[in-house]
Amino acid sequence: MKPFDYHRLASEEALGKMEAGRYLAGGTNLIDLMKHQIETPDALVDVTRAGMDTITETDGGLMVGSQVTNTDLASHPAVRRDYPVLSSALLSGATQQLRNKATTGGNFLQRTRCQYFYDTTRACNKRAPGSGCDALEGLNRYHAILGASEHCIAVHPSDMAVAMAALDAVVHTRKRDGETRAIPATELHRLPGDRPDIDHVLEDGELITSVELPVRPPRLQAYRKVRDRASYAFAVVSAAVALDVDDGRMRNVRIALGGVAHKPWRASRAEEMLEGQQPSAELFDRAMDAEMAEAKGQGHNDFKIRLAPRTVVAVLRDLTEVTENDE
Amino acid sequence: MKAIKITVNGRTHEAGIDSRRTLLDFIRDTLNLTGTKKGCDHGQCGACTVIVNGRRINSCLSLALSHDGDEVTTVEGLAEGDELHPLQRAFIDHDAFQCGFCTPGQLCSAAALLGEFREGLPSAVSGSHTPFVEEIRERMSGNLCRCGAYNHIVDAIAAVAGEKR
Ligand SMILES: Cc1cc2nc3c(=O)[nH]c(=O)nc-3n(C[C@H](O)[C@H](O)[C@H](O)COP(=O)(O)OP(=O)(O)OC[C@H]3O[C@@H](n4cnc5c(N)ncnc54)[C@H](O)[C@@H]3O)c2cc1C
Ligand code: SF4
Ligand code: FES
Ligand code: FES
Repeated sequence: MKPFDYHRLASEEALGKMEAGRYLAGGTNLIDLMKHQIETPDALVDVTRAGMDTITETDGGLMVGSQVTNTDLASHPAVRRDYPVLSSALLSGATQQLRNKATTGGNFLQRTRCQYFYDTTRACNKRAPGSGCDALEGLNRYHAILGASEHCIAVHPSDMAVAMAALDAVVHTRKRDGETRAIPATELHRLPGDRPDIDHVLEDGELITSVELPVRPPRLQAYRKVRDRASYAFAVVSAAVALDVDDGRMRNVRIALGGVAHKPWRASRAEEMLEGQQPSAELFDRAMDAEMAEAKGQGHNDFKIRLAPRTVVAVLRDLTEVTENDE
Repeated sequence: MKAIKITVNGRTHEAGIDSRRTLLDFIRDTLNLTGTKKGCDHGQCGACTVIVNGRRINSCLSLALSHDGDEVTTVEGLAEGDELHPLQRAFIDHDAFQCGFCTPGQLCSAAALLGEFREGLPSAVSGSHTPFVEEIRERMSGNLCRCGAYNHIVDAIAAVAGEKR
């Protein structure tokens, strides 16, 4: 690691009064990247003891401090009861040791696991803008099929963020000058375009303070993660689905995909086609085919163009109890 | 150099350290407690697992400075004097290691796991129909064993956790 100064933030309010630096939360991603010298901050500001580690029940919703660990969030009774898709997504990620350290804010902002991003001898526009992208002609089994650009085809690796996107969670931030803002979880990350070095919309020094889970989430929820081993592996493809079925019709349909894009991918086109309709296997297929219309493989990951919609359809069938024979 | 105070296995240590020092290097090189192992140094193998304030973590991905005031238990702190921890006894009885390199991490991980069962923390496979060994496998997935002693490790943990449940 390159030498750096270490400071500790005492409270949110103290932000503007202290030295600037890269925020350190659980460190499970940042310290790893600093060891590889992919990240070389001059100063770290440890935000784990600034009082942002509680979960508060608001009128029907939940306010989650950005320093709540992945374990504490996944285990919280209200999360298990009202937001099972989130609990399940968190528990499917990493290992108990990592989840004990990883935080809600850090999980959102973890960087891609693209192997060329990690290999400092290779070309990577995200790590070294303008150097090229070795994934285009390289091993790209894990890479994006939606929203990619000629400059970067990496995917965002978080499971949690996919569930947050499906739940329409809201990310609350604070800038160094004290200004606060609320960003929908679906708009926190950006597509690579010609600036793949920028993962998200936060400004320099903007701190995630909390994440708000909405009031009255849809009742039927599930997260399904397809991966190369049964445990302890990043998603090849994942799906977070939430919906209600009232009087035989689907309402509040929300579908988010992981492992397919530079950000959690909300399948809005499919959602629109399903909203207000009666569940049927044929409709599920049609909606997801429409969603995948612009999907583009890179060679090794072509299989995801079939796998992603099938995963969503399987979850929708489970949740609405539609069997093969209902077609 | 920055000063920190960390309690390890019941003893409080004060030291001035470089900001780059990980908790793992602090334990091994500053305190000379070499039971905790460095396998990958990147959070992938679990050999460096220690228990901090009751929760297991990978000490290789944590700065020592982040742990000012914390209470750490390493493999050296599991036994009570000459009395082995029930898990250590069980690892011997079930032949749960070969080279032993992963064992300190496995033991700390398993010791924290017993606490997680007591607290009722869920895992990805938790459910009324999940066989107990599947629960243990899922919850121990962060500790790799290059010698492949997994079956015996699971047996050893099941023997101790089973009694306690
Ligand atoms: C071996 C391994 C396997 C893994 N497997 C999975 C997996 O299967 N699924 C999955 O989803 N994840 C997985 N992860 C990633 C893990 O979930 C992330 O490393 C973790 O969530 C990051 O959280 P952290 O608190 O440790 O963040 P840090 O490492 O502390 O920070 C990450 C980034 O976020 C910034 N940051 C942190 N907090 C804030 C804040 N409050 N405001 C603004 N910026 C902030 C930091 O500056 C840094 O850039 C794995 C990690 C490892 C090492
Ligand atoms: S896909 Fe993105 S992260 Fe991977 S090598 Fe290309 S530019 Fe870098
Ligand atoms: S040495 Fe820490 S996980 Fe491998
Ligand atoms: S006993 Fe050799 S690595 Fe596990």
